[in-house]
Amino acid sequence: MSVRFQLTDDQRALQAGVRELLGRCFGREALRAAVAAPGRLDRALWRALGGAGFFALRLPEAAGGVGLGLPEAVLAFEEAGRALVPGPLIATHLAAAAVPGAATGETVVAAVDGELVEWLAAADRVLGDTAGVAPVRSIDPLTPLHRINGTAPAAGPVRTGPMSTDPVAVLLTAAEQLGTAARVCELAVQHARTREQFGRPIGAFQAVQHLCADLLVRSEIARVAVYAAAVTADPADIAAARLLADEAAVRGARDCLQVHGGMGFTWEADVHLHLKRAWVRAERGGGSTQSEELLAVRLAG
Amino acid sequence: MDLSYTPEEEEFRARLREWLAKVLPTLPAKPSPDDWPARRAYDLGWQRTLHDAGYAEVHWDASPTTRLIFLEETERAGAPYVGANFVGLLHAGPTIAAEGTAGQRARWLPPILRGEEVWCQGFSEPDAGSDLAALRTRAWRDGDDYVVSGSKIWTSHAEVADWCELLVRTDPDAPRHRGITWLAMPMDADGITVRPLRTLAGSAEFAEVFLDEVRVPAGNRVGAENDGWRVTMVTLSFERGTAFVGEVVACRRVLGELARAARENGRWDDPVLRRRFGRLEAEFRALWRLTQWNVSAAETGGGVPGTGASVFKLRYSHARQELYDAAADVLGPDRLDLDRPWVIDRLSSLSYTIAAGTSQIQRTIVAERILGLPRGR
Ligand SMILES: Cc1cc2nc3c(=O)[nH]c(=O)nc-3n(C[C@H](O)[C@H](O)[C@H](O)COP(=O)(O)OP(=O)(O)OC[C@H]3O[C@@H](n4cnc5c(N)ncnc54)[C@H](O)[C@@H]3O)c2cc1C
Repeated sequence: MSVRFQLTDDQRALQAGVRELLGRCFGREALRAAVAAPGRLDRALWRALGGAGFFALRLPEAAGGVGLGLPEAVLAFEEAGRALVPGPLIATHLAAAAVPGAATGETVVAAVDGELVEWLAAADRVLGDTAGVAPVRSIDPLTPLHRINGTAPAAGPVRTGPMSTDPVAVLLTAAEQLGTAARVCELAVQHARTREQFGRPIGAFQAVQHLCADLLVRSEIARVAVYAAAVTADPADIAAARLLADEAAVRGARDCLQVHGGMGFTWEADVHLHLKRAWVRAERGGGSTQSEELLAVRLAG
Repeated sequence: MDLSYTPEEEEFRARLREWLAKVLPTLPAKPSPDDWPARRAYDLGWQRTLHDAGYAEVHWDASPTTRLIFLEETERAGAPYVGANFVGLLHAGPTIAAEGTAGQRARWLPPILRGEEVWCQGFSEPDAGSDLAALRTRAWRDGDDYVVSGSKIWTSHAEVADWCELLVRTDPDAPRHRGITWLAMPMDADGITVRPLRTLAGSAEFAEVFLDEVRVPAGNRVGAENDGWRVTMVTLSFERGTAFVGEVVACRRVLGELARAARENGRWDDPVLRRRFGRLEAEFRALWRLTQWNVSAAETGGGVPGTGASVFKLRYSHARQELYDAAADVLGPDRLDLDRPWVIDRLSSLSYTIAAGTSQIQRTIVAERILGLPRGR
């Protein structure tokens, strides 16, 4: 009848289903356990995700897949981002057709992305040229990183890998960022409602209210950009989605930290996990520079 | 999720496009921004043209998607803006349609649609801006009339309006929100003084309106006495919903023009400027998607635009200011020359974070009404 740019009932059900699954397989306790065991990839979780169709989501049913499209994949990765599920989810998802075992979660696939590789040591297969690779002490306790050119600043052309050339990788990253953006907004609002100072909830103070309002505005504008890009699959829409989603996740996590006060600066609170992961994701697919330049070219014709 | 249009909608778009291509070249030249009577005639003339072609009611009767297409296509074709018809078509008209009696609808709606009468909005007062419910303009009953005294401010188009949708206090003793009444005041009544106010952009876009025992027939009251606040909220939600659709399309066009201008004058070689434009392009693409999202939500959830409108307004008003700041970077030192394109627009953009609810007020609305945070104060 008209543009129906809203989630369908099936898409809502999928969203709820993935959230429920992740709540069961990767709840807060599992998250904190993963933080305590850096670099270890939980194979049982990986197989559970495979069994639920996370990696085979977009494979045709004839090939043993779920036969869904990019919008559904984006909803699933948004949930994964929100739950901070560790592991090379996108690389494995993108390899579902090409690498045996990836679709079912038996094989963990990592991929070179520019000068970085996430989860190289834990993976069964690494796609891309890994010559000269060296481990770095990753800022994110939940994402082990390797640097391709060692630790020196890059000289010569930046190497690319499957993660930095496929726009779908950028889109799914944006979906993960959206998950973080929505989650940190919720965390901030929850805290603002319950923490009391000066005899009332801090959420009654306008300075705090306005931080929270901006958290929502950023995540909602990112949401429509990500969803629209999933519908059109236009590289320019994807570039736009990544810019808005990066902003919503990174700035959102920082503002959420601010709302939490001293608690926000602790290892114990989850806020820093979102911020650090958001920083790692923002590095993917050529970073914001590549997306900005792509859009600029579209604009100037 | 679907971003495609139905065959009927595509047909509507095609017909409209064809009509616009025919009619736009026949329009008279745009009047000077300082010539208000000419602006009034021009804006009304455009509404009359729309009416005669069967497009007059698109703001009211059409589905939200059809309205979206209409606003998108008219803007894209460079058709005139609603201008002086803004309050009639987007505030007062919809309010009367929703809350007026059959007689009131018959009296006021057709002249709005036919491009015969201009409305203005007399809500804000010197001491009642963000805190609109503090308004003090008094009205008391005298026989069949209300007698109104007080003053309004920032009234856009007051100089050329035939009618004013006026908020007055009819019960000073009631709680603030319960003593307000909505009246349609004829602007030619005795006791009205309009004093134009010059904006920082140089032209007189709004005015002060002084009311000295102005008699307004009681039959011009829309809704019950002292129920004007509720009636007003209907109007404001219209204003914050669909009012900016055409502007997003316009901003995207300006962004493209700026990029081309930057290429011509060499500033495009600066990667900082280029990347800034990339970011703005992302922003306006997303604002367009948010518009489509909100329209779809309105279509599935009923007529009055929802809270998505506050999210939109906050983001859009800021983006528009960034757009014209970027224009200043393209212009270089010419940004100080009022005769250059975009310079006046840059000045005008400064009102966007103030008019129709300041950004601070919008954030409070988002925090309290959408996020459910405890009320301040
Ligand atoms: C171009 C233009 C056209 C307009 N046209 C019309 C019209 O046709 N009809 C009409 O009735 N009105 C019109 N207005 C008026 C407009 O609605 C008001 O200007 C607006 O609501 C703000 O009110 P104010 O100007 O009194 O500012 P104030 O309310 O005095 O605000 C001043 C500053 O204080 C801040 N502030 C105020 N209260 C709070 C609070 N509770 N929390 C945090 N910050 C706060 C504001 O955000 C702002 O920064 C127009 C305004 C403009 C700029």
